[in-house]
Amino acid sequence: MQICRVVGTVVSTQKNRKLEGAKLLLVQPLTLEGTARGVALIAIDAVGAGVGERVLVVIEGKAAGDALGKKAAAVDAAVIGIVDHLDYRDDV
Amino acid sequence: MQLARVIGEVVSTVKDANLSGVTLLVLQPIDATGANVGRTLVALDSVGAGTGEHVFFVRGREAAFPFYPSEPPTDASIVGIVDHWDVE
Repeated sequence: MQICRVVGTVVSTQKNRKLEGAKLLLVQPLTLEGTARGVALIAIDAVGAGVGERVLVVIEGKAAGDALGKKAAAVDAAVIGIVDHLDYRDDV
Repeated sequence: MQLARVIGEVVSTVKDANLSGVTLLVLQPIDATGANVGRTLVALDSVGAGTGEHVFFVRGREAAFPFYPSEPPTDASIVGIVDHWDVE
C-alpha cells in the first residue's frame, strides 16, 4: 500500500457499469516525509475520504474490487484507510 | 517475496472493516547486502513483526491469503521475520 494525499475528485457520467456509484478520488503518492512522488492516480473511495486527507491506497485489482464490494470490477486502486498518524525511523 | 526492514507504523482509525485489528507497518525493501532499494511501502503484518526487524513480504493478490478466511484489501503483507540470511 502507498501513502497518498487526496488532491481531488473525478466526476464521470459515462463509465463502465461496474463503476456506477463508485466515488473516484485523485490521489498523489507521497514519500514518508510527505512530498509528492510519481504521478497522481485515480482510486475508488471505500472509506469516505476527503480532499486534503492523507490516506492508504491499495494498488492491486482484486483488493480494490473487494473494497468496492463488486466482483470483476474494472478497478486497480482503492482508498482503504485514512491515516491518523505515521511513525517511522531513518536509523533502523 | 522480498526482503525488507520494518521502519515504522501507520495508525488509521477510519479504514476498511476487514482491516480492523490488523497492524500496518512501513517497510523499506532491501537488497541481498541489506542496502535500501526502491520505494517504501505499507504492508499488513501477519507474523507480529516490529520496527527495526528484518522481514520478508509478499506482494499482489496473495497478500490477503495469510488472513484467510478474512479477505483484507491489501497488496503487500509481511509473511516472515528473518532470523539471518547468508549470501555466498
